[in-house]
Amino acid sequence: MELILFYLTSAVALFATVMMITRLNAVHGLLYLILSLLSVGVIFFLLGAHFAAVLEVIIYAGAIMVLFVFVIMMLNQGQKTIDQENAWLQPGVWILPSLMALVLLVEMAVIVVLGGNAQTGHIVNSKQVGIALYGPYLLAVELASMLLLAGLVGAYHLGKPILKITRPGGNS
Amino acid sequence: MEFGLLLSAVLFVLGLIGVMVRRNLIMILMSLEVMLNATGLAFIVAGSRWGQADGQIMFLLILTLAAAEVGVGLGLVLQIFHRFHTLDADSVNEMQG
Repeated sequence: MELILFYLTSAVALFATVMMITRLNAVHGLLYLILSLLSVGVIFFLLGAHFAAVLEVIIYAGAIMVLFVFVIMMLNQGQKTIDQENAWLQPGVWILPSLMALVLLVEMAVIVVLGGNAQTGHIVNSKQVGIALYGPYLLAVELASMLLLAGLVGAYHLGKPILKITRPGGNS
Repeated sequence: MEFGLLLSAVLFVLGLIGVMVRRNLIMILMSLEVMLNATGLAFIVAGSRWGQADGQIMFLLILTLAAAEVGVGLGLVLQIFHRFHTLDADSVNEMQG
């Protein structure tokens, strides 16, 4: 049973990734990328890495994808954008990713109904992860925080002149 | 667990193909995300196989790296679009390298 779910989720992930790299429109690709990340999150859950599954959905499929959507929307302006959004809302564009996401939802429902223990590996719960993260890996956490700070400063420095220009009426 | 590692390898290769074939800068960044995600999947599979927490910690670090990379990468994309008015990676070859 677990293996069937695992193969099904893997098929969804592979299909979504192939569709992602072959889409001509960036927003269509983004839909399939979100589907691919969600299915990898379900695979994490099936493998017993519950904490990583939650982080995958929240950070990858949530925060990073919002960044992508924001930039794609920022780079399109005017009448062209309206025509594009009309085209994006055609059912043929979003019906296939929605169906595949429904498959993932049904899988999660099956797991929950069966008692929530459909792992195909060992369960590593978040308590073990936390103890190891702030024990032997403390230096890595500090390095990750330095990396995030560098990323923040870099993104701010790169985006500042553009934000200054696009701000309405602002010249400071 | 061989299947998990196989899936991770195939996802990584798909991302690599995306980086090499596509010329849209946003699509290249999205393919990079797929590659980073595939490496994270490999770590999770290994950690799940041996029941150790180290796999998930490496996944956390990869997640941090992906977040920082996407922030700086999208900033660069904004700069390139602002200067060249295109998202084509081939049009930004002023260095003639």
